[in-house]
Amino acid sequence: MPNITLTVNGTQHRLEVDPRWLLADVLREQLNLTGTHLGCEQGVCGACTILLNGRPARSCLTLAVTADGSDIITVEGLAHNGQLHPVQEAFWQEHALQCGFCTPGFLITSVHFLSENPNPTREEIREALSGNLCRCTGYQHIVNAVERASETMRKGATHAVPQD
Amino acid sequence: MKPPVFEYVRPASLAEALDALASSEDAKVLAGGQSLIPMMNMRLARPGLLVDINHIPELTEIHDNGDTLHLGALVRHYQLETDARIKAAFPLIPEAERLIGHPAIRTRGTIGGSLSHADPAAELPVLAMLGEWNMTVHSRDGGARTIPAEEFFMSYLMTTMGPDELLTRITVPKQLAGASHIREFAVRSGDFALAIAAAMVSLNGDGSIATVRFALGGVGDVPWRNRELESSFVGTMGSDALWRDIGRQAALAIDPVDDMHASAAHRRQLAETLLTESLHRAAEMARERSGR
Ligand SMILES: Cc1cc2nc3c(=O)[nH]c(=O)nc-3n(C[C@H](O)[C@H](O)[C@H](O)COP(=O)(O)OP(=O)(O)OC[C@H]3O[C@@H](n4cnc5c(N)ncnc54)[C@H](O)[C@@H]3O)c2cc1C
Ligand code: FES
Ligand code: FES
Repeated sequence: MPNITLTVNGTQHRLEVDPRWLLADVLREQLNLTGTHLGCEQGVCGACTILLNGRPARSCLTLAVTADGSDIITVEGLAHNGQLHPVQEAFWQEHALQCGFCTPGFLITSVHFLSENPNPTREEIREALSGNLCRCTGYQHIVNAVERASETMRKGATHAVPQD
Repeated sequence: MKPPVFEYVRPASLAEALDALASSEDAKVLAGGQSLIPMMNMRLARPGLLVDINHIPELTEIHDNGDTLHLGALVRHYQLETDARIKAAFPLIPEAERLIGHPAIRTRGTIGGSLSHADPAAELPVLAMLGEWNMTVHSRDGGARTIPAEEFFMSYLMTTMGPDELLTRITVPKQLAGASHIREFAVRSGDFALAIAAAMVSLNGDGSIATVRFALGGVGDVPWRNRELESSFVGTMGSDALWRDIGRQAALAIDPVDDMHASAAHRRQLAETLLTESLHRAAEMARERSGR
């Protein structure tokens, strides 16, 4: 089995992986980072979204072997020193989750989106989140949360983009 | 759902990749994986050997060649969306990219994968036809050859590339005159479109048509274009009536089929409306650009 190196949430891992293992499976099964969820395994639902070298990517459509040498941030890497990321904080404040299955993907997608567009309109937020599905909330509170996070982050809340 | 078992190689050079492709009857190229991996996860594709081209540096190059832009097959959707050289050479590329999937899909998916996958409802194949892109393909035993877009798309998800051939480079002639526009209708943002229309218009000083090109996606097995029909409008005065007429004539020339997503009649109507709007907008921009 091939050996690969992944840097996940700032920690480097040397791993032996079967070529057919998806990055999502390696994160969940080998590294026990079960915050990355698998909904559809065909790129549609967004639950498995992680940051791959700083950009959002579907971990269900990426083989772990092909990600060799990459830098990965999962939902577990968003909080720092016990302090929630402003986007996580806003999801909590705005009641932007019910069952929470979709939440890791929404958080990662939103964190990246706000780093590129710190002052979005609600329309832009909806467009940015269009690749993430939620069966519970009806999206309204998620859009509210991302809007709130953009406000707090513009006021200078810390770590807009996760550092490792 | 996991992909079925396969052999995996990760060549570091083009020569190694071509060797690998020639070595097995059922080898497949892995580029961004955004079409291939879902098909493998659902067991619709079971390649015996996966040739991962993601680590071949020469396939990532973007090179300005004066009249043309060379794009390596591994240039990713997000680069097509944001690279200033690409926008300057062919502004429809970034415009179309915003219609392709979602940002997370565009992080990985590639131009070479999108063209090779040859989904008739995909945006880049429509642009390839409209812009008369040339595809350079390589194989170990056949060397290099160049396939014009017109001869590249064969049928639904099929190109004229052989199984041992690798698409390495896409040559995009720069759009020098006039203006262009792309429109599509998709049920949800990021979904594959039910129909796509792209148009390129340049006008003479008196407002008559100097050149006009139009292409449609989602309305047949391959992206649609008809040069004879296009040239019949050269010299005609550009007007709303003309854009409507072209839209109607194109809609009569295509042969869409019914499927689970839309009826043939619905697709025909969409093609007509989208093409009319595209032509209208492209002509409007061409006029603005020349200050008329
Ligand atoms: C949720 C979702 C939504 C999407 N929406 C859209 C959309 O709206 N519009 C759109 O156009 N696309 C869409 N896509 C598809 C996306 O654009 C893919 O990136 C693209 O179709 C394939 O590119 P890839 O690099 O990922 O190729 P891969 O998946 O790696 O490969 C696709 C096929 O091409 C072959 N191939 C790849 N590269 C080469 C090469 N250089 N030479 C020869 N053969 C090669 C592979 O063997 C395979 O058969 C969507 C995908 C998903 C998952
Ligand atoms: S599990 Fe990856 S997008 Fe649904
Ligand atoms: S909170 Fe349940 S799916 Fe989104």
